[in-house]
Amino acid sequence: MTSKKTELMVGIFVALAIAATLLLALQVANKGMSGSGETYTVHAKFDNIGGLKPRSSVKVGGVVIGRVSDIYLDEQELIPVVVMEISDEYAETFPETSSVSILTAGLLGEQYIGLTPGFIFPGEEPIYLGDKDGETKFIVDTKSALVLEDLIGQFLFGKDSD
Amino acid sequence: MNWLINLGAGTLAKLSAIGNASLMLWGALVAFPRFKNIPLIIHQIYIVGVQSLLIIIVSGLFIGMVMALQGYTILVNYGAEGSLGPMVALSLLRELGPVVTALLFAGRAGSALTAEIGLMKATEQLSSLEMMAVDPLRRVIAPRFWAGVISMPLLAIIFSAIGILGGHLVGVDWLGVDAGSYWSIMQATVDWDKDVVNGIIKSLVFALVVVWIALYKGYAAIPTSEGISKATTETVVFSSLTILGLDFVLTALMFGIN
Repeated sequence: MTSKKTELMVGIFVALAIAATLLLALQVANKGMSGSGETYTVHAKFDNIGGLKPRSSVKVGGVVIGRVSDIYLDEQELIPVVVMEISDEYAETFPETSSVSILTAGLLGEQYIGLTPGFIFPGEEPIYLGDKDGETKFIVDTKSALVLEDLIGQFLFGKDSD
Repeated sequence: MNWLINLGAGTLAKLSAIGNASLMLWGALVAFPRFKNIPLIIHQIYIVGVQSLLIIIVSGLFIGMVMALQGYTILVNYGAEGSLGPMVALSLLRELGPVVTALLFAGRAGSALTAEIGLMKATEQLSSLEMMAVDPLRRVIAPRFWAGVISMPLLAIIFSAIGILGGHLVGVDWLGVDAGSYWSIMQATVDWDKDVVNGIIKSLVFALVVVWIALYKGYAAIPTSEGISKATTETVVFSSLTILGLDFVLTALMFGIN
């Protein structure tokens, strides 16, 4: 019923479909980088997150080191809290004096988080970013997203108040 | 009074068709699986899937290329031609991949299935199988059903992948969009579960519906040359309408409410 040629063609068909799936997974959806791999969690409080969304990237000098996993509102202080998952490759790399700011890629591009590494005092035991012993620590040194309306307001009225 | 009788008769005919179609599927699929039928399924995958490959690849390539061309002419006005990648990828993965594949599949393979089974019925091959104590539902219908359900999602995946490469061909190689931004913004936007897996689920649903309609139309065809030609036409028309209607429902369920 089934000849060798038929089986070969079906084999090629299935192989082609697997190759297409791999292309979609690795090249299009970029599953290899974001889905797998160990990460650690960093929290940061902002005044305004602008258009930041879950899955936005976290970058240090343009290099992607992690992604935003969750955004929620702090119930006591009523300010947004951003939860970031940073690759374990960079565990114990950034001191806790590091600062984060919400930046925009290009004029109309996606918003992402830029992390600026802090400094370590010589001779002191360095403390690194990340939650330890189940205690949530927040990055305090944050710069909020640029809101165009605020910027125009500053431009129009800022000069008078100086 | 007459229109009431017609309405009643029409409703009864539709209901009994749905019932018969369900009984056919039940008889073909709900039983202990027979592993000696696997070569039959592979042969049908060759006929239904492999032979549809050419039309799927060519259509995917050209649809991706056309979308890149159209998208570029509009996006470039806003200096946002970097967003060409996610535009092509999302529309292919979420909508065009599953829907166009299903429409082509209904035209290319569904009509062939209907005509084949209708002719088997007209030449009394199905009755002869029954005479030999071979269940035609399990010998003829079941392998074709599984072959269609397996082939269509694979074809849809190939369609989307080729379309994205076609978009790259026109957008990056011809119109000069930056290759880095084509892929990287796409990677930042496309989500595996939300976009790719939902597209595959869509095409699986379409496969079930198209193959079911095609097999039932052939199985219930009036065994004359006119009846078979009518059944083939109905397969293509009904499948296409059902695909487009179901696509709206599935899209609303998957992407409508966030």
